[in-house]
Amino acid sequence: MASYIKVENLDFFYGDFQALHNINLEIEPKKITALIGPSGCGKSTFIRTLNRMNDLIDGTRVHGKIILDGKSILKNEIDVVELRKRVGMVFQKPNPFPKSIYENVIYGPKRHGIRNKSQLDQLVEQSLKNVALWDEVKDRLNESALALSGGQQQRLCIARSLAMKPDVLLMDEPTSALDPISTLRIEELVQQLKEQYTIVIVTHNMQQAARISDITAFFLNGELIEYGQTEYIFTKPCDQRTEDYITGRFG
Amino acid sequence: MTRYNYQNALDELEKEILKMGSLVEEQINLAVTSLAKQDLELARKVVDQDDIIDSLELEIEEKILKLIATQQPMAKDLRRIAAGFKIITDLERIGDNAVDIAKTTLRIGNEPLIKPLIDIPRMAEITQNMLREALDAYINEDVKLAETLAAKDDIVDSLHAQIIRELLTYMFENPRNINQGTHLMFVSRYLERIADHATNLGENVIYMVTAERKDLNE
Repeated sequence: MASYIKVENLDFFYGDFQALHNINLEIEPKKITALIGPSGCGKSTFIRTLNRMNDLIDGTRVHGKIILDGKSILKNEIDVVELRKRVGMVFQKPNPFPKSIYENVIYGPKRHGIRNKSQLDQLVEQSLKNVALWDEVKDRLNESALALSGGQQQRLCIARSLAMKPDVLLMDEPTSALDPISTLRIEELVQQLKEQYTIVIVTHNMQQAARISDITAFFLNGELIEYGQTEYIFTKPCDQRTEDYITGRFG
Repeated sequence: MTRYNYQNALDELEKEILKMGSLVEEQINLAVTSLAKQDLELARKVVDQDDIIDSLELEIEEKILKLIATQQPMAKDLRRIAAGFKIITDLERIGDNAVDIAKTTLRIGNEPLIKPLIDIPRMAEITQNMLREALDAYINEDVKLAETLAAKDDIVDSLHAQIIRELLTYMFENPRNINQGTHLMFVSRYLERIADHATNLGENVIYMVTAERKDLNE
């Protein structure tokens, strides 16, 4: 099930430094929401609040609310392992485990207690098919994932996330380490995945946001300056700062 | 399958341009029919329907801008989109010419025609065909078909000259014919302009396919 996320008055601090200021945003299911903005604008910090990856960093504090399908996820009693199962993440550099392709996909499900071989086989096939990698690797599932090309590795990482049957897929610059063709394939894939998931993608590549997203959010200096339908953000943004950024006249 | 959504949007754009084109083509037909049959009702319909064409133009324009802003079209895709942008401008102008003809019908009203209309409907038929062929050439990227428009435009031009000469004779013969004769001269001129717009369409098709400029209206 694709989730609906509501963010209310979110502040975030690294020690004394406030990285996010009063963010209010709704992330809609079955849509691709792209977060754009210059380096240090807070977009990566923001995406990491959505599955509490920032908890892993010492000295961080967060105020405000993030509501995932009606339930606040910033409360202490929330099981973050369960949360990250529902809110999967794909990173900038493909980071497959130094294991076989097969093992990479089932790593999460296995740790969550799925042992049945045929169930796991099915999961591997389904997940790899979802990312259009199955045909390329079905005859060498037991080979090391590290032998795959960068683009294949990234698709494998996405498959690994999908194997956990998440509701939300967070992608932090998933194509910045890939060549243009692999990038286009990932973009195609993301557009197909949105039929089933809620997708949030951070990208430095403005054109990528324009090409694939439904909603674009522009961050600057830890503030959410503007968000709305992508076609409007890129043709008639409301805020001058958005206009300056997307036209490359920044600063 | 690559860039599925983008390809879809390009196909969609083509369909809408085609739709606008057939509406415009129909407008020429109706306008000239209204004139030949002195059907004022039909003429009013042509005038009213122009709004549909105008808003379709704006709609397509908006789509083109969004495509350029979000999809970064390159090479032939870019030329196709740029050609589309110019084509809809020509189509809109043709639509206006059809309205001009319909308004002439209204101006002449029920006053008997000074002569039966033969050459004007013929000219209209040729210009409609030119328009249809220009759009076919656009859809099928058919340079050869686009190039044939030059010769057809020459036929329209000589028909226009012939109509002017004929109307002048009527006007010399009887000054009472001057008013309607002038109106009909304008109609001939509007049709001649429509043919020119059709050659513009053809030129854009040639540019789109070959990236070369060719004058079809020398």
